[in-house]
Amino acid sequence: MKILHAIGLTLLFLLTTLSSSGAAEADLRAIIAKFATVTDFSETGAVVQELTATGDPAVERPLAALADGNLYVRTADSMVFVGKEGDENVQLFDPLSGEPAGEASEDDITKISVNNTLRRTIRDALGTLTLGSKDPTVRIAAADTMFKTPDAANIGPLDAAIASESVASVKALLEQARAASILVSDKPDADKLAAIALIGARGDRDAVSLLTSVEANASGAVKDAATAAIANINSTLALWDAGQNIWYGISLGSVLLLAAIGLAITFGVMGVINMAHGEMVMLGAYTTFVVQQVIRTSFPGLFDWSLVIALPLAFLVAAFVGLIIERGVIRFLYGRPLETLLATWGVSLILQQAVRSIFGPTNQEVGNPSWMSGSFDVGQLAITWNRLWILVFALTVFGMLVYVMKRTPWGLQMRAVTANRRMAASMGIRTPWVDALTFALGSGIAGIAGVALSQIDNVSPNLGRGYIIDSFMVVVFGGVGNLWGTLVGAFSLGIVNKVLEPYAGAVLGKIVVLVLIILFIQKRPRGLFALKGRAVEA
Amino acid sequence: MRGNFSTITKMVSAGVVAAGLMISAPARAADDTIKVGILHSLSGTMAISETTLKDAMLMLIDEQNAKGGLLGKKLEAVVVDPASNWPLFAEKARELISKDKVAAVFGCWTSVSRKSVLPVFSELDNILFYPVQYEGEESERNVFYTGAAPNQQAIPAVDYLMSKDGGSVKRWVLEGTDYVYPRTTNKILEAYLKSKGVAAEDIMTNYTPFGFSDWQTEVSAIKKFGSAGKKTAVVSTVNGDANVPFYKELGNQGIKAEDIPVMAFSVGEEELAGLDAKPLVGHLAAWNYFESVSTPENKKFIADWHKFIKNNKRTTNDPMEAHYIGFNMWVKAVQKAGTTDPDKVIDAMVGVSVPNLTGGYSTMMPNHHITKPVLIGEIQANGQFETVSKTPGLVMGDEWSDYLPDSKDLISDWRAPLSCGNFNVKTGKCGGKGTN
Repeated sequence: MKILHAIGLTLLFLLTTLSSSGAAEADLRAIIAKFATVTDFSETGAVVQELTATGDPAVERPLAALADGNLYVRTADSMVFVGKEGDENVQLFDPLSGEPAGEASEDDITKISVNNTLRRTIRDALGTLTLGSKDPTVRIAAADTMFKTPDAANIGPLDAAIASESVASVKALLEQARAASILVSDKPDADKLAAIALIGARGDRDAVSLLTSVEANASGAVKDAATAAIANINSTLALWDAGQNIWYGISLGSVLLLAAIGLAITFGVMGVINMAHGEMVMLGAYTTFVVQQVIRTSFPGLFDWSLVIALPLAFLVAAFVGLIIERGVIRFLYGRPLETLLATWGVSLILQQAVRSIFGPTNQEVGNPSWMSGSFDVGQLAITWNRLWILVFALTVFGMLVYVMKRTPWGLQMRAVTANRRMAASMGIRTPWVDALTFALGSGIAGIAGVALSQIDNVSPNLGRGYIIDSFMVVVFGGVGNLWGTLVGAFSLGIVNKVLEPYAGAVLGKIVVLVLIILFIQKRPRGLFALKGRAVEA
Repeated sequence: MRGNFSTITKMVSAGVVAAGLMISAPARAADDTIKVGILHSLSGTMAISETTLKDAMLMLIDEQNAKGGLLGKKLEAVVVDPASNWPLFAEKARELISKDKVAAVFGCWTSVSRKSVLPVFSELDNILFYPVQYEGEESERNVFYTGAAPNQQAIPAVDYLMSKDGGSVKRWVLEGTDYVYPRTTNKILEAYLKSKGVAAEDIMTNYTPFGFSDWQTEVSAIKKFGSAGKKTAVVSTVNGDANVPFYKELGNQGIKAEDIPVMAFSVGEEELAGLDAKPLVGHLAAWNYFESVSTPENKKFIADWHKFIKNNKRTTNDPMEAHYIGFNMWVKAVQKAGTTDPDKVIDAMVGVSVPNLTGGYSTMMPNHHITKPVLIGEIQANGQFETVSKTPGLVMGDEWSDYLPDSKDLISDWRAPLSCGNFNVKTGKCGGKGTN
């Protein structure tokens, strides 16, 4: 017991010597305790100001918690804690040391509420406080914040930080933040001109934003320099904008390709007008939802793998449903396109209502794994990870499908049956089974498309509706029966759509694309890549 | 107000009609009950929003019956499914009134469905309670509007953003789905912002089609518009279904609420249930009710709802509260009139006052709109809203906007002797013209 006591005392001693000083900590605690009595946002803001005015890095923890909505007051004794929501109770931590301090039920504590203005104040304050952080990413964030909210008072701390900075990229950002601060200070014009040159070289939207406000408030040489720098950046950005539009087009194209690729089999190769195609996509998305539900409740650690696990399952579920539809309905209707259209439309309504009855009419939440969230910059292009992965995925699926069709015996049989059914049957191919499996393959691919689309769209019973028209458009435009046509069709429609959109708007852009397709089909009724030969006449 | 359509829906409306007929409940002939019609889509694109309202109405009717019914009779719900098909709304309304002889109808969500049933209600002289926020510019004798008019949602929301607490916004993006509600609301907002001294180049208006899912260009345009050195905010009248991809794209492109907040008029608890709300913390919504409002009435309502629907995770939302208010008002008016005869009930409705769920009373005004508080909420990580601002008093629904040249001289008063929904105070004549 005594030993424990001694260890405790030593620890306490160590703690007090490690923290800046005991008295300062007591001061901080006194300020933090004021959070317990705030009644509105302006009072909370006043306490935040007081905390940041101490300049003590230790205030980072409570302020960050406040900004994230994790700062609580215990009703019983008005103590302030950082909280972390657990399964039932909220776990409490000391706001300065971060030591665990027990837990409390949600009824016993009140959250200190924040609004956007407060969040912004805190973020700016933390920017200055975290300049000396050991983690380069935190320093980058700090430099970024200080660049966006320039303040003449920042010049001193930034000078110090630049002097001690070892990473070149961080140093450059710090220098830009310093330049921004110089622009709002009362330094001589020569310094400001140098600062404008430095910021002009940064060349992004934030630089334009900053220079625009400088331009509005300055006069003489500084104003002219700012105007010139803005014009310069804008002309470069215009080029990047064009690149951005094309990337958006490629990304939209990959979504169209994914949605259409299954249809390219069922409609393109088999000639079945399959109105239930969108519902296969929906089934794939719901499979993802179910997989994620199971993972959330039973294996939370596997969440980042949920999509990989969902892929084969979605394929199997959709392929199985497709098989049933083919065996149960479509095989009786080959060669009767109108009846197929109506029957598959009916099937699609049944599937939608079935999903609505089982899962309810509301949207289901499908989460993005961490590797599919956020974005990265290439030059001035912001590329979001989920779009990039969907592009990669669409191309992979396409590649595999082409391989199956062109290089495997099954693909050969499929093509043989499509080209000449009677001849194929005479050669010993079981055409009914080939039909069933081809339809199942097309449906299964629609299912895995659903896994990808669940990442960017609503998972609701109506999911398939949004894609069915686009899918038919892509397959018809690309040329029925030609996989490569579908690929080219999807990407050209995507790019045309996205290049038009900034000028014409989304609504008019879509109309223009539809008109263009109608004109194109008038000219080339069989699409971009028409199949030639006897199969076409059959 | 919200809506959706697709060309395919129209192509095979016949099939949908058949589906709708199958689902509609059989009407039982019984004179000892009072029938209440429920006209909400249970299939098709709008089922996502309207099914909940059907359930909420069934719950309210159950509760009234448990309290002993109305005028000594039990209430009986007649549920029909107009299947998100606008012409079918009119047919189903006619069926409810002529065949089932309902005393009042609670229903509709989209403005186009409301417009499609209006002639039926005035021809057959029945009552419709419309529970959704809408664009205004309408006041009908047979309709009671329990959702918000633009001045009960859009104008206070913009006022909040312009205030110091809201970030003193100077530059505005009006982003909407391309149909009547966003277009009219944005027209009103544009006129309002200009009257507050906002320059035309500081307002960007953009529309997207229904169910739009590829928001990359729009979000990067917002980013670009927001980099002009002035505080920027987005006012979103984007339709329910398109919101999820919109917010996902905002999150992925790193637009934070502290930098460019998005104020939404069509995003409620129900819509947020479909997505991970963590990247959206701090974005805003304006409504007259939030599930998180902590009043005894609301706690009881939520508990009753969970019990009725047998699911503790189902959220409540603003249109549900509107039905709660509307239904209680109707009950009170029937008791006051001593009959369910629509003519007498319509006259008895004006002035009826019932508790709402946010701790006050809502009153039916002579223009058939109600008084409500306006709440501004911030999205929280758990998909709920936290109220950050509330109007000090109740706001009275203004059917004819004061900011549109065509409607600023119009008023509506359904009490005798005026009895007019569009009285022009300049010319002194009934029958002025609105914008739609």
